[in-house]
Amino acid sequence: MTVKEPLTIAMPKGRIFEEAAELLRKAGYQLPPEFDDSRKLIIDVPEENFRFILSKPMDVATYVEHGVADLGIAGKDVLLEEERDVYELLDLKISACYLAVAGLPGTKMNDVAPKIATKYPNVAAAFFREQGEQVEIIKLNGSIELAPLIGLSDRIVDIVSTGQTLKENGLVEYETITTITSRLIVNPVSYRMKDERITGIVASLSEVI
Amino acid sequence: MFEKPLGMRDTLPNLYETKQHVRSALETEMKRWGYQFIATPALEYYETVGTASAILDQQLFKLLDQEGHTLVLRPDMTAPIARVAASKLLNENLPIRLAYSANLFRAQQREGGRPAEFEQVGVECIGDGTVSADGEMIALAVSVLKESGLKDFQLSIGHSGFVKELFVQILGNEERAQELTKFLYEKNYVGYREHVKSLPLSSIDSQRLLAFLNLRGGMEVIGKSLDLIENEKGKEAILELQELWNIISDYDVANYIKFDLTLVSHMSYYTGILFEVYAGNVGFPIGNGGRYDGLLEKFGRSTGATGFAIRLDRLIEALGEIDETAPVECILFSPERRKEACGLAKERRIAGNQVVLQDISGVKDLDACTKKYSDVTFLVGKAGKEPVK
Repeated sequence: MTVKEPLTIAMPKGRIFEEAAELLRKAGYQLPPEFDDSRKLIIDVPEENFRFILSKPMDVATYVEHGVADLGIAGKDVLLEEERDVYELLDLKISACYLAVAGLPGTKMNDVAPKIATKYPNVAAAFFREQGEQVEIIKLNGSIELAPLIGLSDRIVDIVSTGQTLKENGLVEYETITTITSRLIVNPVSYRMKDERITGIVASLSEVI
Repeated sequence: MFEKPLGMRDTLPNLYETKQHVRSALETEMKRWGYQFIATPALEYYETVGTASAILDQQLFKLLDQEGHTLVLRPDMTAPIARVAASKLLNENLPIRLAYSANLFRAQQREGGRPAEFEQVGVECIGDGTVSADGEMIALAVSVLKESGLKDFQLSIGHSGFVKELFVQILGNEERAQELTKFLYEKNYVGYREHVKSLPLSSIDSQRLLAFLNLRGGMEVIGKSLDLIENEKGKEAILELQELWNIISDYDVANYIKFDLTLVSHMSYYTGILFEVYAGNVGFPIGNGGRYDGLLEKFGRSTGATGFAIRLDRLIEALGEIDETAPVECILFSPERRKEACGLAKERRIAGNQVVLQDISGVKDLDACTKKYSDVTFLVGKAGKEPVK
């Protein structure tokens, strides 16, 4: 129907970006070399008829749900936390890490209502609810490791990739909640209205995963 | 500023006019197809309509009446119409064709600004189990959208009977089929594939379940689906889709249609053909519909039904800017020429104009006042003078 309109792809800035760009190149898409260190928030790639939106990882699923981006690359952690109404089409198997419960070594959680600091309040709340634990969730936006060190919380729930950050701050892992990789997500309307292009991208990405 | 409850919105003149214009285009077309409009109360009993509705419990607005019964603000119109149909109308000759435009109420789970009250215009065709009725829904949906002025839109059609038959046949029982269907409902294809791979299935069966995800597209999907399904009921579902294709081709609307057998709009509500409506520039479906043969049974009558609804707010978003406000003119008068002004206003109103009659001494800022109207006539000062424009 609207063939000429570019396909909009929301990309997370930071850690996942480079791996995602590499994967797209491996799948045969021609991305310009300056793509990787551009500071622009919107990058048009007319050669492929793509438009990339660079956003905070946590916001990728939001853009895709609202349809301002047709596709997005988002960590499973974001999808679990945000529960956006989007199609999760492919496990890209990049940026592998996991969500874990961590805290100071040799400590026990407060019996009454242990405090949990996290960037993922929904995931953390669901996890402890399933365990039958009554907890108080404290939402933080970064430097989660700080919370137990300064006595804000008993435990933290955060993503761990190498464990280096935890180690440097003298924290240890207590439990793993779930493993995380990046996913290709699609807006439900785009998935139907632009199905041919999207199916093509899914196919070429599937071959290089 | 006085606050409104979360998700509730005021409709100001411009939008009101636009809404009325679009609504009337939809309603007129529905009437042309012989659908009769009805209205039902905004409040219903939770135990009847609330639980029969397809809407999740946590999205219902609940309140108590004076006797302590739980009430709900209607979250959809299908369940109230099924209640009416089962109690009164079913003595009439079936099938019956009903239509509605109504405000619905659904509490939002996140991002509080999203509308919790919105208008739907829809139809229900009760007591007709034929595929022709399903085809009529699709043809009518296309027709009303075209009448509204929408150009770039598409309907995706699925069949919940087919999904159920395929899954039950491969997985052995309904519970396991539901478990897998949930991944489709949650749009989690990664989870679907992982789940399929984790099941103790023959490689042929697990291949069939994976191939199922590709059953999307045009007419060719019918053939592919027949290759996947082995049991009779499942084949019947596909033959229904085949027939549906012929019907919508006869209606000449096939170019708006695609098949997507992975479409699961609800875990259990729909029993046969179902569809969603998408517009190119709106990120959410603007309408949906399908066959719900189980619903009337909850109200003690066993008959099939199918229907669809268009969300007016999303359709308006898809249509883009519509400037529908008709020009309003103004006659400014002073008391000595009031009679003359009343006469002139009456004359122009009869001619179909929208006329404000304003005492000039009630106006504080004359410039602002004249700017507001498309045309201003002054009838001030002594009588007998010609009206000044």
